Amino acid sequence: MSFINYASREISCKIVYYGPGLCGKTTNLQYIYAKTNPEAKGKMISLATETDRTLFFDFLPLALGQIRGLKTRFQLYTVPGQVFYDASRKLILKGVDGVVFVADSQIDRLEANIESLDNLRSNLFEQGYDLDKLPYVIQYNKRDLPNVASVEELSELLNPNRVPEFSAVAPMGQGVFDTLKAVAKQVLVELRKGG
Amino acid sequence: MNSSMVIYEDEFRQIADICERLRRDTSAKAVFLIDKDGQLILATGQYAHLDTTALASLTAGNIAATGGLADLIGEREFSILFHEGEHDSLHISLVASQVILVVMFGEETSVGLVRLRVRKVNEELTKIVQELMQKAKNPGADSPFAEISDEDIDILFS
Repeated sequence: MSFINYASREISCKIVYYGPGLCGKTTNLQYIYAKTNPEAKGKMISLATETDRTLFFDFLPLALGQIRGLKTRFQLYTVPGQVFYDASRKLILKGVDGVVFVADSQIDRLEANIESLDNLRSNLFEQGYDLDKLPYVIQYNKRDLPNVASVEELSELLNPNRVPEFSAVAPMGQGVFDTLKAVAKQVLVELRKGG
Repeated sequence: MNSSMVIYEDEFRQIADICERLRRDTSAKAVFLIDKDGQLILATGQYAHLDTTALASLTAGNIAATGGLADLIGEREFSILFHEGEHDSLHISLVASQVILVVMFGEETSVGLVRLRVRKVNEELTKIVQELMQKAKNPGADSPFAEISDEDIDILFS
């Protein structure tokens, strides 16, 4: 649910990074944070365990600039990927405007990707959303690792509707901004339609 | 489904007046109004030293988590949360189940007074918030984004 404030001429949209545990959701946000101009970003918040696993969410506010005199802000959230944090994941999806599914390209994580994508679909459904109608992109992360499935295979498995998809190596930044731009653009196009 | 929360200038001014009055009446340090998805609607008082964007997001996360807890024990919601610090405390309450009113106060005042005054303004704010929600359901004006071009969008990312 985007938020428009005519008094301060601002619009805010919420983008959620979803995916299985250790797929690199937080790393995406960390890279964006590191590479964004200080004036365009707020503080990044990570509610994580002592071993740096996301406990509740990561949060990164970005101010991209103005469109027709309206300040455009994006609030990026990640969900905790571990299976048992499902209650938290549901909460973070509330009010979402766009979704990035970060898939782990390693062959032994294929099952985890499918499970997480099913979980995304059903958690969105519970909130009254349909993934097929939301701004949505997929990122195939960890392309630099040796035991990865091919992009074609991942696409076949995870992207039957052919939404925009990107190969990524998140710690190096490869594909990170392409992914963000693609989902942000879809969100803005959706707003143009009238939300 | 994906409807927006929209704040117009008239309502913004009314809400700002109510929040500022609440802050003065309670001698609170600052008052914030936040939408349930974590967007800051307004802040009044001494908040220049605070990261209000983070405050809004964490407050919304807090409300969402306690809402989940409420649901677990069969409650519709917990409408008030109170966090007591050594010097400063936060009184957090829900308005019309839709927006979150946060009062940050120090030792100059008491939680009893804050709670009493919050209850009073809650009714006023509820009315305005409900009107806004109604307006958002039946938007009179077109989306401010209706006119934007692909080029406008591309410029954001250039």
